[in-house]
Amino acid sequence: MHILNYMVQYARAGLNASFAALADATRRGVLEQLGRADASISDLAAKFHMTLTGMKKHVGVLELAGLVTTEKVGRVRTCKLGLHRLEEEAAWLERHRQIWDARFDALDTVVETLKRKEKVDGRKKNK
Amino acid sequence: MDAKRTSESVTERGPMKNRTTVERKSERELVTTRTFNAPARIVFEAWTKPELFKQWWVPKSMGMFLRICEMDVRVGGGYRLVFGHDASKPAEFFGRYLEVTPDSRLVWTNDEGGNAGPVTTVTFEEDDGRTLLTVHELYPSKEALDAAGTGAADAMVETFEQLDDLLVTPGPGVERS
Repeated sequence: MHILNYMVQYARAGLNASFAALADATRRGVLEQLGRADASISDLAAKFHMTLTGMKKHVGVLELAGLVTTEKVGRVRTCKLGLHRLEEEAAWLERHRQIWDARFDALDTVVETLKRKEKVDGRKKNK
Repeated sequence: MDAKRTSESVTERGPMKNRTTVERKSERELVTTRTFNAPARIVFEAWTKPELFKQWWVPKSMGMFLRICEMDVRVGGGYRLVFGHDASKPAEFFGRYLEVTPDSRLVWTNDEGGNAGPVTTVTFEEDDGRTLLTVHELYPSKEALDAAGTGAADAMVETFEQLDDLLVTPGPGVERS
């Protein structure tokens, strides 16, 4: 779990961890299930014919990837879709940044083209 | 909330690539900055001529393109952008220019969502042949800014992997004169 923790911490906006979490059919099924309704880990274990320990591991991976949050009330741990608040904000900002960054890379290209054109035109004028 | 993000080595192509920062200045404001290695008049030109604007506003890496790009860049003039990625679901963006100060400042409204849309202010600050570009977006409410980018932007998450590839090796879409 430590290595996974480390990976998640350093994954940009958790995207890598999300992809890894989604690579498993059971975990995709769990997400689909949670999309319909919140569920406890024992509900999920029963639904997917797994041991409680096995389901805990899957939910842990989804939680680290920021795809699922869990909350323990009494003796029951309830799972629901969604990011933790802080991760949500970081992911939101990162989405905006990626879009602008891509735009600005393209704008850089346009600007460089204009600069070169101006230089050539300048030389023509001076002749 | 005062989080700030800057681009790092993953998308870095070399010393020419400057950093893009995005900061939520307040509940209603989002501020994006980037420096360009060119004088302000050149960067301004790329923002105000439709044939240039359409080359970068929707980079090909996003898997979309602007079918229509009309801009009447003067105070009170309108603009209209129509995305061409899905003809059955045309996405149209439009608004009006509130301020146009050559080579230094542009302000426009974003009216596609109704009356009280966000207002975008772009400033161009030249220093020693380079230009600091600041895009300031003021939303009518915290909720409006929270919800911003959950539509088209979410769809783009899927293309981020392709985007990263493209940033490493510019594709054939990059125009060279």
